[in-house]
Amino acid sequence: MISIFPSLLNGAVITFQLLVTSMFFGLIIGLIFAILRINKNPIINKFAYGYSYFFRGTPLLVQLYLIYYGLANIEFLRNSFFWVIIKEPYWCAIIAFSLNTGAYTSEILRSAFQTIKKGYIEAAQSLGVTKKITFYRIQLPIAIKQSLPAYGNEIILMLKGTSLASVITIMDLMGEARKVNVLTFKPFEAFITAGIIYLFITFIIHNIIKYLEKKYGFQT
Amino acid sequence: MNIFKKLGLGIIFSFFLVLSANAGSIKIGTEGAYPPWNSKDAAGNLNGFEVDLANALCEIMKHDCTIVEQDWDGMIPALTSKKFDAIMAGMSITSERLKTINFSQGYADEVASLAVMKGSNIENINTPEGINLNIGGSDVDNALKTLTSSLSGKTVCTQIGTIHQNFLESGDVGKIKLKTYKTQDEVNLDLTNGRCDVALAAAVAFTDYAEKSGKAVVLTGPTFSGGAFGNGVGVGIRKGDSKLLNEFNAAIDKARDDGIISKLAIKWFGFDASM
Repeated sequence: MISIFPSLLNGAVITFQLLVTSMFFGLIIGLIFAILRINKNPIINKFAYGYSYFFRGTPLLVQLYLIYYGLANIEFLRNSFFWVIIKEPYWCAIIAFSLNTGAYTSEILRSAFQTIKKGYIEAAQSLGVTKKITFYRIQLPIAIKQSLPAYGNEIILMLKGTSLASVITIMDLMGEARKVNVLTFKPFEAFITAGIIYLFITFIIHNIIKYLEKKYGFQT
Repeated sequence: MNIFKKLGLGIIFSFFLVLSANAGSIKIGTEGAYPPWNSKDAAGNLNGFEVDLANALCEIMKHDCTIVEQDWDGMIPALTSKKFDAIMAGMSITSERLKTINFSQGYADEVASLAVMKGSNIENINTPEGINLNIGGSDVDNALKTLTSSLSGKTVCTQIGTIHQNFLESGDVGKIKLKTYKTQDEVNLDLTNGRCDVALAAAVAFTDYAEKSGKAVVLTGPTFSGGAFGNGVGVGIRKGDSKLLNEFNAAIDKARDDGIISKLAIKWFGFDASM
């Protein structure tokens, strides 16, 4: 078990990179789509809803295959500039993971926006604060604070989701564990070690979120 | 009371019946994703050379056989944890695998080959038609040198946990970018999509794919045998299961003598791959 540890740690680094990069893009996507979701224009609203409906309603594995094998099968895309990105399994994984977590994040933020008490906004309006400032200084901070626990969950779910990257040849933690398995024919050792490392990463994420919740979240 | 005793005896007896019915039955694991060795038809039924051969061998051994599907990367662990009793999945006999399981005598052998898309700049590699790594010598050394320079910096794709991966990692062809996939299907897909410059597998796996898909996949370089490529394909059996091992060896002898293996090989490969 000791001897397989270094190669699994190499994989864990890739897993962590995948997680951080896709959470970064996912947060931006999620924020944009959450704002589109609460927009009053029905077309914008429905478009944002359609996005989150599709990415929350289909398995991540399907999305990953669709982007990796599906897009690569389209001749026109293969001959275009996009091929530079789609050719690399790493970027295909980032695209799939970001779009997936973006959909969930947009829902988390939307519900947070919608639960903000009308009184806050009305109070701001009565003081003559502009809509823009109300949004940036009141609505957004409250929504982010309220989203923290649910968003923490989403990070942990996404960490586990990254294990799918190994099916498109990325040697992440799961990919390395599978390699150890086929080389040694010892699935138990390979996967229990990978499991422990995943658990350890979860433990760290969990504690960071707990700290942030304590510091910035609403006290109940 | 007597009636309960009888009932109890009846139940126990029926257990024995079930057990004895199963005594002659074995389970054989295959991948079902490596045509023409083993694959599935459109309806999802297993077919291929090894499925036919397994049925023929079972008939000779007078066993009742069930053929079950198992992912390639879990094949050997599934055998050792008794999910089935024998592997017939195009699995070559290699020294690494012999550390964990036993093999029957080989029943078929088939060369490995590199494949590229038509028009690739390594479509023509100047090497002998075939090299046997067991024989060695200057011909083999020169061929490997030529391959090393042709493949340098190229992305080479292959299925995980195969003799092909072992060979590519052996250093015989120098530094390459190796990509491994769960199934041969995915290797074929990424070769045609252009993510792989070149792929390595059983030569028939490529010719079969080219024929069925109509894609311009062509073989390149020499065909490989010996060395990391093992010593033919045999039936994988748990260590300690020597009774079943002997039965399979005897059945393979008989099937070979009767010309059954040759006949099935010609049916599925188009040439006699029996051994």
